[in-house]
Amino acid sequence: MLRQMEGSHAVAEAIALCRPEVICAYPITPQTHIVERLSELVQEGEIGNCQYINVESEFAALSVAIGASAAGARAYTATSSQGLLFMTEAVYNASGLGLPIVMTIGNRAIGAPINIWNDHSDSMALRDAGWIQLYAETNQDAVDLHIQAFRLAEQLSVPVMVCEDGFILTHAYERVDMPDLNQVQAYLPPFEPVQILDPADPVTIGAMVGPEAFAEVRYLAHHKHLQAVEVIPQLASEFAKIFGRDSGGLIQQYRSEDAETVIVALGSVVGTIRDVVDEMRDDGVSIGAVKVISFRPFPMLALRAALENAKRVIVVEKAFADGLGGIAVNSVRMALRGLTTPIYTIIAGLGGRAITKASLLRAFGEATRDELDDPHFLDLNWTVIDHELARAKEKRRSGPIAENVLRDLGLVGGKPV
Amino acid sequence: MTQRIKFYQTGTLTVGNRLLDAENRSVQSTIDRSNSLTSGHRACQGCGEALGARYVVDTAMREADKKLVAVNATGCLEVFSTPYPESSWQVAWMHSLFGNAPAVATGVAAALRAKGREDIKVLAQGGDGGTVDIGFGCLSGMFERNDDVLYVCYDNEAYMNTGVQRSGQTPPTARTATTPTSGGSKGNVFGQGKNAPQIAMAHDIPYVATATVADLHDLENKVTKAMGLSGARYIHVSVPCPLGWGSQPCDTVRLARLATETGLFPLFEAEHGAVTNATKIRRKVPIEEYLRPQRRFAHLFKPKPDVEALAAIQAIADRNILKYGLLG
Repeated sequence: MLRQMEGSHAVAEAIALCRPEVICAYPITPQTHIVERLSELVQEGEIGNCQYINVESEFAALSVAIGASAAGARAYTATSSQGLLFMTEAVYNASGLGLPIVMTIGNRAIGAPINIWNDHSDSMALRDAGWIQLYAETNQDAVDLHIQAFRLAEQLSVPVMVCEDGFILTHAYERVDMPDLNQVQAYLPPFEPVQILDPADPVTIGAMVGPEAFAEVRYLAHHKHLQAVEVIPQLASEFAKIFGRDSGGLIQQYRSEDAETVIVALGSVVGTIRDVVDEMRDDGVSIGAVKVISFRPFPMLALRAALENAKRVIVVEKAFADGLGGIAVNSVRMALRGLTTPIYTIIAGLGGRAITKASLLRAFGEATRDELDDPHFLDLNWTVIDHELARAKEKRRSGPIAENVLRDLGLVGGKPV
Repeated sequence: MTQRIKFYQTGTLTVGNRLLDAENRSVQSTIDRSNSLTSGHRACQGCGEALGARYVVDTAMREADKKLVAVNATGCLEVFSTPYPESSWQVAWMHSLFGNAPAVATGVAAALRAKGREDIKVLAQGGDGGTVDIGFGCLSGMFERNDDVLYVCYDNEAYMNTGVQRSGQTPPTARTATTPTSGGSKGNVFGQGKNAPQIAMAHDIPYVATATVADLHDLENKVTKAMGLSGARYIHVSVPCPLGWGSQPCDTVRLARLATETGLFPLFEAEHGAVTNATKIRRKVPIEEYLRPQRRFAHLFKPKPDVEALAAIQAIADRNILKYGLLG
């Protein structure tokens, strides 16, 4: 049914349709509206006998999900930013234990300096924690990916993060085609765990594994991700049959098949990029885009096939490694290894900085003329940077950055310095 | 155990079995005993935690009619019981992390509730580090939500699994690998540490108790009582550690008894935040009797007695005796 609704509420209602049995909640902006709406749905009896647990931290949230999942319940939680980092130890543990938990990440920057707005620093920090990571471009994507995520997680015994951009998606009201319960039930059978904490058939879960077998256990986890590369497109096509909508999969191409310049990006910025591609196409530029939906597992072959004829590739990403550059771009390079295609990185949207069409048009234009620096940080205020660099140059020990910038503006401690 | 026993065998503190009524007598274990932590595990000789856990889990199994799930924090108990590819657990058992056992147990209980299987009970267990330090946030959360979990802390007063480092349960003056006695230092300092059972009581949970491996009947009775209740329950068990305490393996039970008899480890029960029962001590044992057999306290006696420190420890014991009314 077509509805105009907030992204978070759409996700919450999609989760409810997936009949989770245990939901653990800890508030953190910008995912909070999801668990708020879920608490109402549980209270109103919309999710059967689902248990809703208000926990004391994100570490506990995922730990409760771990216990619930090991006891055979379909378990869900959501988090963002610092919350994801706070539960890091449990994130690795959940995948190591092979528990098919689904977790929404309302993508948000990581402090310091504290920042509640969107970028991908949080989920990118945990890209190699053994979880599958799916990135939503729209709220429709977010709804559909969550439904597929439970299927995927339970089929492979691997937990799945569905990443959606904080505020840009979580707080945006837009049209969503909300599936009905019958469709979801046809697609997603009840959770039948392979292994369960059952007193009638007791197992030891989470035993120590030493050097004699640890590498094999880890290799097999790697292999599961390779399997996921096969399974994700299958689940997307099954989804299309039941829901009548192309959604999910590994990647999605937009006017890129014959393009000389191909943009690669994840998440909501792909929407803006589509518009920029259209405008540049109108101006005769041979340009297209590829949306990476599944970042983990990384779709090596599919992406290579989509990019191998491009003359240049531009990766737009909302996170980076200090002193190095982009993060996603490294995986893209891996997919294109052996080819000499120039690859540019545009770091954009950090801490919620708006990514405008105008800025992308300019940067893509420079890249198509091979004039773009790499990595390129979009829309930096060079006045602030140059000033701080000049100041730092005069001092041997320059100190912390954020406070220096603020001090420069006369804002430290609320009084002029 | 509510029965007041006044008769002791000559020369011991052990109650004569014949003087007890039938249900309180020590008897040969039956074939029905679950042996949930079965033999062959890799605990050290004289391990108090292994002894305590064996009685706790078997009692919980008995009370739950074997419908029990156990969640374990990282620590000695987890490591010595599950070396790859072996497991000593004859119970549905799970280990996740060091600091999240209470939350994992909450999750298990929630799953069982969602599935209408409240007949299955949940036991969580960890050492003092996993419980009162790194797991304390999760433990407090589990308590305040009154989740249906019995949590048992096996307190050996330091991080023994990692090689005897100080924890929030390490007593003052104890030498550990991180509270050394070199350079004129006197081991762990006074005025630190936390009283986990009292903090548990402050959550107003249905049941809190302390116990030791010196009185296994008492431990069993407390587990039995806890298993008969629902909501969050906490039992804090003193488990001497020969390795970390520098004591003889044969002295584990004796030291656990002395910890109680000195007043340093009072045995009590509390319901909804109020103490309902404290186990009297027969005669007050001077703290030196408890401290002297432990090398972690050797610096209190050599080269000459540290009169000041000993008096301060005696004062702690005396305060406990007064606070819980342990004498008389």
